Amino acid sequence: MIEVKNIEKSFGETKVLKGISTVFEKGKTNLVIGQSGSGKTVFLKCLLGLFYPEKGTISYDGKIYSNLTANEKATLRSEIGMVFQGSALFDSMTIEENVMFPLRMFTNQSVAEMQERVDFVLNRVNLPNAHKKFPSEASGGMQKRVAIARAIVNKPKYLFCDEPNSGLDPRTAIVIDNLIQEITDEYQMTTVINSHDMNSVMEIGEKIVFLQHGLKAWEGSKNNIFRTDNEAVTDFVYSSELFKKVKRMYMEENQ
Amino acid sequence: MKTLIFKDIDDLVIGSLGIVAFISFFVGGVVTIQTALNISNPLIPKYLVGFATRQSVILEFAPTFISIIMAGKVGSFITSSIGSMRVTEQIDALEVMGINAVNYLVFPKFIAMLLYPFVISIAMFLGVLGGMAACIYGGFSTLEDYITGVQMDFIPFHLTYAMIKTTVFAIILATIPSYHGFYMKGGALEVGKASTTSFVWTSVVIILSNYILTQMLLS
Repeated sequence: MIEVKNIEKSFGETKVLKGISTVFEKGKTNLVIGQSGSGKTVFLKCLLGLFYPEKGTISYDGKIYSNLTANEKATLRSEIGMVFQGSALFDSMTIEENVMFPLRMFTNQSVAEMQERVDFVLNRVNLPNAHKKFPSEASGGMQKRVAIARAIVNKPKYLFCDEPNSGLDPRTAIVIDNLIQEITDEYQMTTVINSHDMNSVMEIGEKIVFLQHGLKAWEGSKNNIFRTDNEAVTDFVYSSELFKKVKRMYMEENQ
Repeated sequence: MKTLIFKDIDDLVIGSLGIVAFISFFVGGVVTIQTALNISNPLIPKYLVGFATRQSVILEFAPTFISIIMAGKVGSFITSSIGSMRVTEQIDALEVMGINAVNYLVFPKFIAMLLYPFVISIAMFLGVLGGMAACIYGGFSTLEDYITGVQMDFIPFHLTYAMIKTTVFAIILATIPSYHGFYMKGGALEVGKASTTSFVWTSVVIILSNYILTQMLLS
């Protein structure tokens, strides 16, 4: 579980996060949504420890991050998996080496053990024959799956994904969403996903936090996002014609 | 880490040998030809061509001139490779995993560049060899005269001075381009700009430290 209490973060005069509090529960896919510039990425980077908030605390299973020693922070970081927006695979390594990288860095496993684990996770993300390819030889969807495989190879307790669907076609995006949800259930991880993709919200949004201008404007689940009266959320959710139609149909069905 | 160091030795040191050998051999030849053509007084002995070539190559051409070229080749490679990693969030990925990105990316390059004096030694040898070839095939002096000149009044400290300079330049070549790559911001265009800036600053620092070291060690 990750507990965020009243965090604030500024860059110069600009206050990007203005006191956000929320809880991300274990075994759930938690989505942070909001328009571009709402503070989602800064929020995620604060959770990851890449940015330090000026105020407030972030606790990982009860341990406040800012109170941890350097060694404890390093241990915690080894328990974090991250899927970056652009996958962030290491260009100079093959897919197999990319996935094996956290194991080489943080475990004392033998090569055979590491190989077995890499084979397992690559099979898990449906890439059984991609070991020797380089990231540049893989499609966008494949790269995302490799990034997920790398993120979960060391059995993390926390998984963070920054817009995992960006640049993917709708069908591949759903495959990636479902894969993240299945893996979250399987490993009972605390998963936090940054997204502005409404399809993801509807597919896997067990908990949704909506950010607007650096503030938490709303939180709930995919089941009650349609029923909210919050104007900021409805403006965001129903910005496309498709979702306007879905809402009309939903309202008609429930009348 | 060992693998990274070997990879960087291959990329930065071994990968530079071809261009260094080519430039050294022909510039050594040009230095010889120009020296020979400027000795018009018949009282000046022909073996001075070899002497002048050796001094030019060992003292300045190999350590400094080759280092400026390396600022373009190796320096740009380091800046663009680290800069591309910054742009594509690969450095963020390392930091999220709890890996010290500076240590992981820069330290192997630093260690690899400690073999740079080996490259410069080859440049010195090939520069003098190129001078000898130009001298003989151009008919500027005999082989015996050239070799006499190369061996004449040799001061071993000049080699020490050249190697001290080379080691300092190696550190400059590993660190300044890494800094520019690591702390760059922006996208692909900025990677190109960072490479150019890194080349300019590396060259400036090499030239300035060359002046300071020469003043300190030879005057």
